[in-house]
Amino acid sequence: MARFVKTGKKTIKAISTSSLPDIVFMILFFFMAVTTMRETDVMVTVRIPEATEGKVLEKKSLASFIYIGEPLESFQALYGKEPKIQLNDSFKELADIQDFIAQEREQLNEADKAKMLVVLKIDRDTKMGIVTDVKQALRRASALKIMYANTNVDKITSF
Amino acid sequence: MADIAFLLLIFFLAATTMDSDTGLMRQLPAIPDPNVPQDVNKINDRNILEVKVNKDNLLLVEGQLTEFDQLREIAHNFILNPNDEPSMPEREVVYLPFFGNVAVTKAVISLQNDIGTKYGVYLAVQNELIAARAKLRDDVARQEFGIPYDRLDEDRKSAVDDYYKVPISEAEPKRIGD
Repeated sequence: MARFVKTGKKTIKAISTSSLPDIVFMILFFFMAVTTMRETDVMVTVRIPEATEGKVLEKKSLASFIYIGEPLESFQALYGKEPKIQLNDSFKELADIQDFIAQEREQLNEADKAKMLVVLKIDRDTKMGIVTDVKQALRRASALKIMYANTNVDKITSF
Repeated sequence: MADIAFLLLIFFLAATTMDSDTGLMRQLPAIPDPNVPQDVNKINDRNILEVKVNKDNLLLVEGQLTEFDQLREIAHNFILNPNDEPSMPEREVVYLPFFGNVAVTKAVISLQNDIGTKYGVYLAVQNELIAARAKLRDDVARQEFGIPYDRLDEDRKSAVDDYYKVPISEAEPKRIGD
């Protein structure tokens, strides 16, 4: 019976880590399922305005994004503080919108071309002048389906 | 194993975003063809609700200075015209699927802004107008089909859309109020 007599100090066993990969994979799959790839780095400040009637963008593949807002601080030395238009990964001028739309439309299937949607992500403090110009440019490029991005709230508290 | 999984996890955390985009869907009018003669049939004045937002973000509805909070109710009353007032939109009997022959309103909302208007205000005004229209569509969907507008199928939805068509038109821009 001496075999069962405890001798020496008690040691605390380390927690088994054999199930750690399973847990981490589980979290990984969760993130893979619920997130989408980040397409572009936004280089302008965009504080999306509030609204109550926003609809969820269902098919992201059909959407092209136009960002309008004040350039981020790191770009202000180069581009100034006036609101700028960002298409893909660079600042562009109004005249470039037509090419941008043509290029984006080229990437879609024949069947999807009519369903193309342009999402306008515009800072809430932007003046309508530049927004109207962009809208006119979109009309000229016959990209007529647009979406004004907003954050959905129950009641608008600030413009 | 765990190291590789962590590596992948961190990659996905960095390279993806969780937020889904929401926004107000709008349809821009096509550029009018200069070779095609313009439609000269002007819309009757009583059918137009004129909403203007100026560079100081003040709201003018039918020539009256209006608080933002009242806009939704004004638009609602205008479209509905409950007492058939002669200064408010007229109705026109048309045939609609599911409804049969019904009198639908000929109301149009015209939204104008200065180029100095703040985008946030402009969007909020659009939101109120869309909300007023959506409320009326939802009401008629509940009344006719007993279910909310969001849960109707496509055919019924488009019938309800035609019942309260109420286009929200954005006037050709004028460059004022810089």
